[in-house]
Amino acid sequence: MVLVAATGMVATFQPRLVIDPIVPLGILFLYLLAFAFGWMAGQPPATLEGYEPATAGSRNVLAGALAGLLGGLCLGLLLIAITVFDLRGVFINMSPELAEILGFGLPVAAAVFVIAVASAFMGALGAGVHLLSRRVRRALIGALTAVIVFSVLTDLFGQLFAGLSLEPVIDFLYTGRGGALTIIGSVVIFGAFIVLFWWMEGRDSTLRQRVQAMPKGQRSRWQIGAALIILVILYFVPRIMGPFVSQILVTAGIYLLMALGLNIVVGYAGLLDLGYVAFFAVGAYTTAILTSPQSPAFNPEISVLASLPFVMVAAAIAGILVATPVIRMRGDYLAIVTLGFGEIARILLNSEWLAPVFGGAQGITNIPDLQIGPLTFSTPQDYFYPIFLFVLLAAYVTFALQKSRWGRAWMAMREDESVAEAMGVNIVTAKLSAFVVGAILASFGGSLFAAQIGSVFPHTFDIVVSITVLVIIIVGGMGSVPGVTLGALVLIVLPNLLREFSEYQFLFYGVLLIVMMLKRPEGFIPSKRRAQELHTEELSQDAWLEIYGEKGQAEQVPEGAV
Amino acid sequence: MTTNGAPPPVLSLKGVNTHYGAAHILKDVDIDIHAGEMVCLLGGNASGKTTTLKTMLGYLRPSSGTVYMDGENVNGWSTAQRVGHGLTMVPENRRLFKRMTVKENLEIGAYLRQSDDLDADYERVFEMFPRVKERLTQKAGTLSGGEQQMVAMGRALMAQPKVLLMDEPSMGLAPVLVAQNFEIIEQINKAGVTVFVVEQNANMALSIADRGYVLQTGKIVLDDTSQALLANPQMRAAYLGDV
Repeated sequence: MVLVAATGMVATFQPRLVIDPIVPLGILFLYLLAFAFGWMAGQPPATLEGYEPATAGSRNVLAGALAGLLGGLCLGLLLIAITVFDLRGVFINMSPELAEILGFGLPVAAAVFVIAVASAFMGALGAGVHLLSRRVRRALIGALTAVIVFSVLTDLFGQLFAGLSLEPVIDFLYTGRGGALTIIGSVVIFGAFIVLFWWMEGRDSTLRQRVQAMPKGQRSRWQIGAALIILVILYFVPRIMGPFVSQILVTAGIYLLMALGLNIVVGYAGLLDLGYVAFFAVGAYTTAILTSPQSPAFNPEISVLASLPFVMVAAAIAGILVATPVIRMRGDYLAIVTLGFGEIARILLNSEWLAPVFGGAQGITNIPDLQIGPLTFSTPQDYFYPIFLFVLLAAYVTFALQKSRWGRAWMAMREDESVAEAMGVNIVTAKLSAFVVGAILASFGGSLFAAQIGSVFPHTFDIVVSITVLVIIIVGGMGSVPGVTLGALVLIVLPNLLREFSEYQFLFYGVLLIVMMLKRPEGFIPSKRRAQELHTEELSQDAWLEIYGEKGQAEQVPEGAV
Repeated sequence: MTTNGAPPPVLSLKGVNTHYGAAHILKDVDIDIHAGEMVCLLGGNASGKTTTLKTMLGYLRPSSGTVYMDGENVNGWSTAQRVGHGLTMVPENRRLFKRMTVKENLEIGAYLRQSDDLDADYERVFEMFPRVKERLTQKAGTLSGGEQQMVAMGRALMAQPKVLLMDEPSMGLAPVLVAQNFEIIEQINKAGVTVFVVEQNANMALSIADRGYVLQTGKIVLDDTSQALLANPQMRAAYLGDV
C-alpha cells in the first residue's frame, strides 16, 4: 500500500470518482489492497486427501484483520513521515496533497487511527468473505467487481450506450458521459449483477456442459449458430464503439497477431526470442518502402495488398538470417542473442548510414491505405475487419500446426533437442521453420500497422514491443490461442481504456507477472498440455503426492477462473 | 554371424579418432557390427563409450577415420540422415519427452517414416510391452522407471531400425527390471534387429551378446566373442568382479 501511495498512483487516481461524490478511485484502490491482503490471509489452506479440512472461523477473520491492520499501520507511518519530514526531495510523489488524501483531511493522529481501523476492517471483510457460502460469495464479489468495472470503464460504456443510442441510460447511471457513477446508478448495477451471479451460481450445469451433453448433430448446429452470432456482433463492434475504442482494438489485434506468432516460436518450439520486434519492423518497413511515394531509395508505389507477398518473403529471409547463427544455441544464450538482433534492427533503421533506404529517424511517411478491390480502409473502424481476418488466419495456422508433423517435431525439440535429433528430427530445419513462421505472422502485423498508421518510424520498434508480446503470451497462457487472445485484450485494451492507469502500465505488467507466476503459472487460459505440465511437475516433486495428481489438477483449475 | 566378407558390416568405425576440443577421447577405434548381430561395448566411466555412440550417430565428427553404414562412408551425413538410414538410439536414462504423452513419444519415434502404416508398428510395440498400451494417453514423465524404459524402447522400435544403439540400458533400473530389459533386448535382436549395447554391467551384457569390445581410456583393448571374454582372466579381474 505504501508503495502504491508512494508511486503517486493514489494522487493520480484521486480526481477520478468511482461513485459520485462519495468514493474516489485512489482511496478505493488503496483499501482494495487491504481487502486483498485480508483475503489472502484468511484463505483456508489447500485441503489434501486424508486430512480434515480446516474449518473457517473467526480465526481467519482475525488473521485478515491483522493483515489489513499491518498494511494500514505502514500507511499511517508513511503519513506521519510525509507530514513531519519533507520527503519530496527524494520521493517526488510524497506531496502534502497525498497526505491530505490519505488522512481524509483530519489531523495526523486521528488520521492514522482512522486509516488503521479502516484497513483492519477491510482486511477482516476480505477474510470474512471466505466464511460465506460459495454462492453468496461469488454473487457479492461479482457484483462489486461489476460496479468497479462499470465505473472505471466509463468511457467504454458511455460509448457503448451512445452507439446503441441509449443516451438516457448514460444519464441515469453516470454523471454525464465519461463521468463517474451516480449513487443510484451504482446501486442499480450492484443489484442487477448480484441477481445475475446468484442465478448463474444456482444453475446445476453451465452452458458449456449442456452444449457438450447434446447429441452430436445438435451440438455442431449450436456451435455454428454461436459462431455466427459472435461474427454478427463483431461486425457491429467497430460501428458502435467509435474510433477511439476501435483504435485500441486494432492495436490489440496487431499485438495479438504478433503474440500468436511468438507463441509458435516460444510456446511450441521452446526458442525464447526476445528480439521479436525485428520481424514486426521488417513487415512495416517492407510495406512502407514498397507502397509509399516518399520512400527515399526505391518507390514502386504498389498497393498495400500487393506488398504482402513481398512482406512474407522479406520476413522469411529475416527469420532465416536471425535463426542461422543461433542454430547451435540453447536457452539463455539464444535469448540474449535474439535480444541483440532486436536492437540491431532498430539501430539500423535509425542509422544515418541506411537513411537513404529507410529514411533514418524521419522514417517513411505517406503510406497509402489498405485497398481490397473497391474497398478502401482508412479509419480504425475499417481496419478492425482485415486485422480480425488476419488474426483468424493466424489462429487457424496455430491450430493446424499443433497437430502437424512440424508441430510434433517442434515440441520434441523443446523437450530434448539431442534426443529429438536421434529420432530423426532435423534440428536445423525445425529451428529455421519455427523462426520463419513466427516472423511471417509478426511481419503481417507490421504491414497492417504501417498501413493503418500511415507512417513508420524507427523508435516505434523498441524492445518494449518484444517484451509486451512476450508478457501477453506468458500471462495469457503459452501455447493456447484463447489464452493469448485474452492476454492481448487484458494487457493492451485495459491500460488504454483506463486513462489514469496508462502511466503505470509497466508497473501493472510487472505486478501481474509476479502474481501470475506465483498463483497461476500456466496463464489465464492455458493449453491443456501446459496446465498439466506445470501442475504435475509441482506435484511430482513430492513423489507420494503423484497418485493425487489428477485430483490436484481438478482443484487448481477452477480456483483462479473467476 | 556373417564375417566371411560378402556383405559389408551394417555399421562400422575404421581408425576413428574423436576429440572434444583439445581432449583426445577416442583413439584409433575399430568396430564392426554385422547384420543380425548383438554386439556390446564394455568399459568403465570415462572410457569413451558415450563418445563412441555420439560418433556413430553423427553428433560428433571424427577428427580422423571413417564411419561406414552398409559400406558407405557417412562422415558427411547429419544425424537425421543416419536415422533415416536405419540407425536409432535408446538414450541413457531413457530421456523420454516427459511432457508429451506416451503416444506422442511413439509418434516422434516414427518421425522419419510416412505415417500410413503405423498401426502395425503400434501393435508390435503393444505386443512386446502391454503396459505401454495402458499408458498411452499419460504424460511420459509420470511413468515409473521401468515403464519409461519400455516407452523408450518402443519409441526406438517405431522407427523400424536396422541397427538399434542402446546406451546403458541397465542404468537407474532395479535388478529385476534390468534382467527383464535384457530379455527384451534379446527378443528384439531375435526379431532381426542388429543391436549394439553400451554397458558397464559387463556380466549382463555378455550373457546376451554375440561379441564384445572392451574400451579403456578411448582405446579398444579387447575384442572377442562373449564366451571368450567371459573366460578371459584379464577381463574377469577388471570387469566381472572376480578377485
